[in-house]
Amino acid sequence: MLNYIWLIPLFPLIGFLINGFFGKRISKNTVGYIACGAVGLSFIVAVLSFISLLQLTPEHRVFEKILYTWIDSGSFRAEVGFQLDPLSAIMILVVSGVGFVIHIYSTGYMHDDEGYPRYFSYLNLFTFSMLLLVLANNFLLMFIGWEGVGLCSYLLIGFWFEKKSASDAGKKAFVVNRIGDFGFILAIMLIFVTFGTIDFTEVFHAASDKSHMGIITTTTFTAITLLLFVGAVGKSAQIPLYTWLPDAMEGPTPVSALIHAATMVTAGVYMVARCNILYMLAPISMTVVAGVGAATAIYAASIGLVQNDIKRVLAYSTVSQLGYMFLACGVGAFTAGIFHLMTHAFFKACLFLGSGSVIHAMGGEQDMRKMGGLRAHMPRTYWTFVIASLAIAGIPPFAGFFSKDEILWKALTQGNILLWGIGALAAFMTAFYMFRLIFMTFWGESRVEEEVAKHLHESPGNMTFPLIILAFLSIIGGFVGIPLIKGWNKIDEFLSPVFGGHGAGEAVHHSVSLELGMMMVSIVIALAGIFLAYRMYIIAPGIPERLTERHQIAYRVILNKYYIDEIYDALIVRPIKNGANFLWKGFDVVVVDGTVNGAAYLVEQWSKVMRVIQSGYVRNYAFSMIIGLVIIFLFFM
Amino acid sequence: MEIIAPPIDLTGIMPMIIIAITGILVLIIDLFLKERSKNILIFISLTGVIIAARVSFSQYGGIHYSFHRTFVMDTFSVFFNLIFLLGTALTILISANYIKREEINHGEYYALILFATMGMMLMAGGSDLITIFLGLEIMSISLYILAGFRRTKKESNEAALKYFLLGAFATGFLLYGIAILYGVAGSTNLKDIAASIPGRLFDQKPLLLMGMALLIIGLGFKVASVPFHMWTPDVYEGAPTSITAFMSAGPKAAAFAVFFRIFIDSLGNMEPNWNVIIGIMAVLTMTVGNVLAIAQDNIKRMLAYSSIAHAGYILVALVAANSLGFTSVLFYMLAYTLMNMGAFAIIIILGNKGEEHLNISDYAGLGFKRPLIAFAMSVFMFSMAGIPPMAGFIGKFYIFSAAIKAGYIGLAIIGVINSVISVFYYLRITVIMYMREPVREFNPISLSPLIILALIISVWGTLHLGILPGTIIEFARKSTFAFF
Amino acid sequence: MVPLSHYLILSAILFTIGMMGVLIRRNVIIIFMSIELMLNAVNLTFIAFSRFLNNLDGHIFAFMVMTVAAAEAAVGLAIVISVFRNKPTVNVDEMNIMKW
Repeated sequence: MLNYIWLIPLFPLIGFLINGFFGKRISKNTVGYIACGAVGLSFIVAVLSFISLLQLTPEHRVFEKILYTWIDSGSFRAEVGFQLDPLSAIMILVVSGVGFVIHIYSTGYMHDDEGYPRYFSYLNLFTFSMLLLVLANNFLLMFIGWEGVGLCSYLLIGFWFEKKSASDAGKKAFVVNRIGDFGFILAIMLIFVTFGTIDFTEVFHAASDKSHMGIITTTTFTAITLLLFVGAVGKSAQIPLYTWLPDAMEGPTPVSALIHAATMVTAGVYMVARCNILYMLAPISMTVVAGVGAATAIYAASIGLVQNDIKRVLAYSTVSQLGYMFLACGVGAFTAGIFHLMTHAFFKACLFLGSGSVIHAMGGEQDMRKMGGLRAHMPRTYWTFVIASLAIAGIPPFAGFFSKDEILWKALTQGNILLWGIGALAAFMTAFYMFRLIFMTFWGESRVEEEVAKHLHESPGNMTFPLIILAFLSIIGGFVGIPLIKGWNKIDEFLSPVFGGHGAGEAVHHSVSLELGMMMVSIVIALAGIFLAYRMYIIAPGIPERLTERHQIAYRVILNKYYIDEIYDALIVRPIKNGANFLWKGFDVVVVDGTVNGAAYLVEQWSKVMRVIQSGYVRNYAFSMIIGLVIIFLFFM
Repeated sequence: MEIIAPPIDLTGIMPMIIIAITGILVLIIDLFLKERSKNILIFISLTGVIIAARVSFSQYGGIHYSFHRTFVMDTFSVFFNLIFLLGTALTILISANYIKREEINHGEYYALILFATMGMMLMAGGSDLITIFLGLEIMSISLYILAGFRRTKKESNEAALKYFLLGAFATGFLLYGIAILYGVAGSTNLKDIAASIPGRLFDQKPLLLMGMALLIIGLGFKVASVPFHMWTPDVYEGAPTSITAFMSAGPKAAAFAVFFRIFIDSLGNMEPNWNVIIGIMAVLTMTVGNVLAIAQDNIKRMLAYSSIAHAGYILVALVAANSLGFTSVLFYMLAYTLMNMGAFAIIIILGNKGEEHLNISDYAGLGFKRPLIAFAMSVFMFSMAGIPPMAGFIGKFYIFSAAIKAGYIGLAIIGVINSVISVFYYLRITVIMYMREPVREFNPISLSPLIILALIISVWGTLHLGILPGTIIEFARKSTFAFF
Repeated sequence: MVPLSHYLILSAILFTIGMMGVLIRRNVIIIFMSIELMLNAVNLTFIAFSRFLNNLDGHIFAFMVMTVAAAEAAVGLAIVISVFRNKPTVNVDEMNIMKW
């Protein structure tokens, strides 16, 4: 089966070509079948390849399928080929699997949209690019996929381009990504010049070989890895290039689920993990990766606390979770990073699709203040949403618990207490804002406008079915990486050939009791976050009437503890809230956005000023030549 | 006194002879043709170009001097010849309909294009300053006329006049530079100049530097590098669109061929003196080209600035002055010819008689009305912006890698930043095509089988060079053996 | 015998005069004449070098320059005439429809 891995990206490409060129001439159903079928076939091939890979012994689990020789010139040779190893195997399963589910969901969500064929052709093109990215066996091919997903992201964010905000958001995503790509391409050139090859296997081999001989300095490795990281920062929306991601929510919700939660944004993490050998040789870069990851994790989480747009909460949450993954990579726990990438793909896709289902039912309304009490109307959406939220909050036995705990544990043992502290605080915030979202949306009194309330309904089967699958995955997804018990941490074993042992971190032995203790701590943290959200959004707002008539006891408890709430509010909640508000409105909008927009604005203004020099007079043109001459003369003297 | 007849060896200049004869044939046959049968001229010209390309290709490999070492046929010049001939063939294909539409369907049009092509081939193969100068002038004078070929249009007149005055002005500098170089070296032959430089370096250095500075101006003008670029936007805008396409490909490549040959072959020993100045020019050229392109609304003018920016990238490779850099330039010139020709072909297609629709906003909604044309345009724009998997990406990747390899990391960084800036305006076209409601009907558009052929060649070439660049890169690399 | 430097200085002066003419004058014909002056200054340099180097290449080059200058003159004047037909002026400053 391994010989056929080239089929995996091929199917979506065919789907794209058919829908792109003939989409308007064939019926909507056919378009849907072609698009879903293409990705479905990819998924089947991916699963079969995965099984074949498992049958090999762990040391031999690297398979390269060379398609053709791309460039063969002098000492430089590049082959286009696909590489299947444990790392890319996990990625293709996630991309094609979650992609397939989201494709199905989209057939329901986008059903009434005029641009149906266009949407699916973009979606297939995206899947193709993403699969190319993760299957590539060299940096250049990876870069092609990298640019491809960026382009599709742009097309899909700006899908409803009639809305100015949407097309602006698309443009912003593209430009910010290009800034990241700038680092990436420079890194590839540096690799090309340093190693004389761009093939993963050869580069990594040369890197681990040559560094012992001291031919390539640590500075070079640091430069390469930092430049690569610039690319990752752009694609994976880390500080300071994250601003495009919240804006990207202008796109259709399934797009947010596929691109801006499950797949594309994780490309940066994948790339860092793929280049783990290079990163391990550059300690400074590792520190930077961990630092940026931790900072982003806490920063984005704190912003997520005060958002009222349901999708923006999830967007900031994604940024924050990506920060976690980088934190893991930065402390050398690449396995934990990839593990979290996988579980995150499940539960975040589920959350996004769930929010899409809510938005669908609400007729396009995204403001949580105008929701509430929806669980009665849409039970399936509600339950899947709760499961995914428990997973992201880190409650056992849901998937997120295992991966997040692994990261926190590695941050503590391989990093330092500060990184752990930041991670733990971010975990607390995560639990809080997720349940704040649930309580505001599904619980409590309905604040839905009457017009909308009449049409409230559960979404159709082709939308809820994907939710159920993803929720199921969010439950069981973590069981592949159960810590402590020997032999149960399958994912760690599976990935260790790629990360050459250093990802596993088995070398450092800590007492089991400490690990168990830390596990308890993270559970407590998550529960505390949920509890606080419950207090603030369920108990506090409706205190007087509702609770009085329903729960006498609860009412009394609330009444007695009323002042505590006030104190909570004054001491903890309000400062956090204000701080977060400041971060969001002040720093985020003014500083970060301002810099990106400002740079674009400056260039544009400069352009307008400079063109005046181009006066149209022959005399001035001749004069400019003379000035050039004089300058060159002066230079030569 | 005995007169020894010099040995005449025509093999080296065979492709040029074929092109020249074709040009003259076109001129003569045109006299006997009625207006409606002028299509014959297209086929005569194309046949000539194809034969010349075939002959030129068969001469690939080895170095062959002729005419007392004033002309050389080496792999480098053959590769450039093929680029010129490709550019010429595409120009003829996209011109056919355009010159009929604009009522400038005169036989001289093709003849002049062919003569200009001959000039370029003389430039690329010139190994003596005399031949190079002659080639340059044959090319330039033909272009002055072609730029003003739409005699009734004020813009075209103005373009021709500006091009002519500034071009002649630049020729003055170039010639002065050549004269001084001749005085210092005692010869106009490139190899002899190179041989004489180390000895004279110390006693006549100021004079040599002065000559070099003047050469930089003369050639800098032809390749449109800042600050000698000012003519480009005006001339590109005013000239007939097909000629703009022609000018941006072949003549520019020819000027680069000369630039490279003189500065590496003859003045290679002076590299420490010129690399900084060319490096600064490269930075300025990229930056000014890209920044000014952003503010343009006229698509031809935008492409003019974009061609300035591309000249900047190629100068980076000259500064790198290594085998990788030369390979990249050959590859890039080929890629640029294809994608640029394609973009201009689309501009021609979308124009109507009397109304050329050159404003960028005229492209609104093209993606919905004419998906295939819009797709082709996107391919060209992405390629120019250097987005994989198009040809432009591979070209840029090689150029900047060459700069890094030669140790000019700063130059490579500035180059990559510039290609980020360039995405702004290339993307703008795509955005307008796909994300704006159409403001006009795209009917009728001037599609003819010939222009469709040109488009297919350019789209295919742009994609092929991006996805399967291997053969061409190897070909280009072998073509640099003349130098390294 | 007049030393080489005298010729070179003379031609440099002529070249500069021509250059200034291009920059200062408005009349297309006069600008064109200034360019011709520049070319002839170059010719002077060629001949002077040729004489002092005892090498004929400079002579040949000077002939080539004269030929090319003649061709340029023909084309240039034709362009001026075709401009004049559309817009009866030889003032180069009036020719700036295209700018920026």
